[in-house]
Amino acid sequence: MVDASRKRQSVISPIQWVTLAIVAAFVIVPFYTTALGGFKEIGELRVNPFGLPASWDPVRFVEILGGPRYFSSLWNSFLIAAGTVVLSTLVASMTAFALAHIKFFGSKFILGYLMLGLLFPTATGILPLFIKMRDLGMLDSHWGIIIVQVAFSVSFSVLLFHNFFKELPKELIDAARMDNCGYVKIYWYVTLPLSLPIIATVGVFNFVGSWNSFLLPLIVLNSEDKYTWPLGIMQFQGQFGSDWPRILAFLTLSILPAIGFFLLAQRYIISGLTGGAVKG
Amino acid sequence: MASVATGADIATSVGLRRRRFMERKSLLALLLFLPPALILFTLFIVLPMVDAATFSFFDWNGYGPITDFVGFENYADVLTHRNFGTAVRNSLIVVAVSLVIQLPLAMWCAIALSERGVHINVLRTLFFLPFMLAEVAAGLIWKFVYDGNYGLLPAIGDGIGVDMPFVLGDKLWVIPAIMLVITWKYFGFHMMIFIAGLQSIPTEVIEAARLDGVRKWQIVRHIKIPMIRSAIVISVFFAITGALQLFDLIIPLSNGGPSHSSHTIVTFLYQFGILRMKLGFGGAVSVILFIACVIVALAYRRILFRVEQN
Repeated sequence: MVDASRKRQSVISPIQWVTLAIVAAFVIVPFYTTALGGFKEIGELRVNPFGLPASWDPVRFVEILGGPRYFSSLWNSFLIAAGTVVLSTLVASMTAFALAHIKFFGSKFILGYLMLGLLFPTATGILPLFIKMRDLGMLDSHWGIIIVQVAFSVSFSVLLFHNFFKELPKELIDAARMDNCGYVKIYWYVTLPLSLPIIATVGVFNFVGSWNSFLLPLIVLNSEDKYTWPLGIMQFQGQFGSDWPRILAFLTLSILPAIGFFLLAQRYIISGLTGGAVKG
Repeated sequence: MASVATGADIATSVGLRRRRFMERKSLLALLLFLPPALILFTLFIVLPMVDAATFSFFDWNGYGPITDFVGFENYADVLTHRNFGTAVRNSLIVVAVSLVIQLPLAMWCAIALSERGVHINVLRTLFFLPFMLAEVAAGLIWKFVYDGNYGLLPAIGDGIGVDMPFVLGDKLWVIPAIMLVITWKYFGFHMMIFIAGLQSIPTEVIEAARLDGVRKWQIVRHIKIPMIRSAIVISVFFAITGALQLFDLIIPLSNGGPSHSSHTIVTFLYQFGILRMKLGFGGAVSVILFIACVIVALAYRRILFRVEQN
C-alpha cells in the first residue's frame, strides 16, 4: 500500500502538475470568456472580464435561435459533411480493398500515386480547382463541395483503410474465394462488416474535416442560403462588427454541437490520427 | 474479347481455366473499385496542380482563351512583390515557433499525460479540444480576446495597470499574437501523437531502467524520447506542412493585415491571386508552394529513412 502510493506520487511531479494547470488555464480561458460573453452587456466585457455576468438574460441566444441564419447554416454544413462521409467511405474502402486483397500489376504504383495527396496542401491547387469547378458547372452547389471534398479525403482515407485491411486474416478472404465468391461480394459481405471500427474512424475524421472546412466553401458558394456555418459566422461577424456579446453568443451556439460531437467521438478521432500518423 | 476467351478455353486445362475465371472476376472488381478514387483524385487534386503550372506561364484573367504567353514574368512578379517576402517570412516564423515552442510544450504535456488516471484523461481531452475546433471559430474567439476595446487582453491590462496595444492592428504584435493562437490550437494535436508513441514503448523497458535506479528525467531523456523518434519526425512534418498551408486561422484574426504584414503564403495567394482573378500570378505562387512542399517531403523521407535505420 505504502509502496503503491509512493509510486503514484513519483509518476507526475509537482512541477509537472503546476505547468499542466497553467496550460489548462491557457486552454480554458478563451472558451470560458466566450461562453459568458454572450450574456454580458458590451460595457461589462472590459470591466468584468472573468466574473459571472450581471444577468443571465439569454436574449441574444434566443434571437439567434429564432433567426433564419443559425439553423440553415448548420443544416447546410451537416448535409455536406454527411454526403462527404458516405461517399468518401465508399470510394476509399473500395480502392483500399482492391489494393490490399487483389493481386494485380501496378497496385503498388496506384497506392503510391494516391499517397502523393498526403504530401501537398490542398490549397496549392485551389485557384485552378476553382476554374475546373466553374467549367464543370459545380460552383455554388453543395454537390460540388461534396465531390471535391471526397477527392481531398481520398489519400488519407485509403491509407487508413489499407492499413486496416492488410491486417485482416487472409484465410477469410481465401475461404470466401474457395467458395467461388466474387471480390465484390467478399468486399460487401466479408470485409465491410469486419471493418466497422475503421469505418467509424474514417467517417468521424472526414465529418469533422468537412464540418470545419472554410476555404473550399468560401470560394465555391455564392448564395447566402447555401452558406455553411463557418461562412455564416464570418458574415455575421462582418455585419455586427464589434457588437461582441452578440458575436460571442453566435460563436457559443455554433461550437456547442461540435464540442458535443467531439466528446462522443473523440476515441475514433484519436485512433485515426495516431493510427494514420504513427504507422504511416 | 469473347472470341479470345473461347479460344483460350479450348486450348487450356481446367485448372488454367479456373484461374482465368478468377482473373476475369478480379478484373471486373478492379474496374468497379478503382476508377472512382482514381478519377476524383486525378481530376480535382492532380490536374489542378498541372493547370497551375500551365497558367503560371500565361497572363490570364480566367475568361476566354489562354493565349498570352509571358514566360517567367509571373514568377518574377511574385518574387519581387513587396508582400511576398513578408508572407514567406511569416510562414517560416510559424515553422520555427512550432518547432521551438509548440512541440516542446506538447512533449512536456505528453510525458505527464501518457500515464493513466481520470484526471489525466480529462486534461488530455481538454488539451485536444482546440484542435477539434474549426479554425474560423478559434480565430474569432481570439479576435475577441485581442480586441483593443472590449477584449480580454486590454481588460487584463487594466487589471495590472498596463496599457495594452491593439495587438491585431499593430505590425509589431500581430505575428506574436497569431503564434500564440497557433500554439493554443495545435499543441494538443502534437501531444496526442507523442502520447501514442510513449504508450507504445514496452513497459518492461521502463521498469527495467527504473529497477536499475535510473532517474525519472534520465528515463525521459535517454529512453522515452529516443524511442519515439518516429513520432517526433511525423509531428515535425505536420508542423511544417501545416505552417505552409495556414489560411483559415489568419482570415478571421487579421485578414493578412495590418497593411499586409501578417500574410502567409496561402492568404497571399488568396488575396492577390484568387480575389483579383490573376490566374497566372496565382499559378506561379502555387508552383512555388508546390516546390517548397516537394523539398520538405523529400527531406522528410530522407530523415524518416535514417530514423528507421537506427
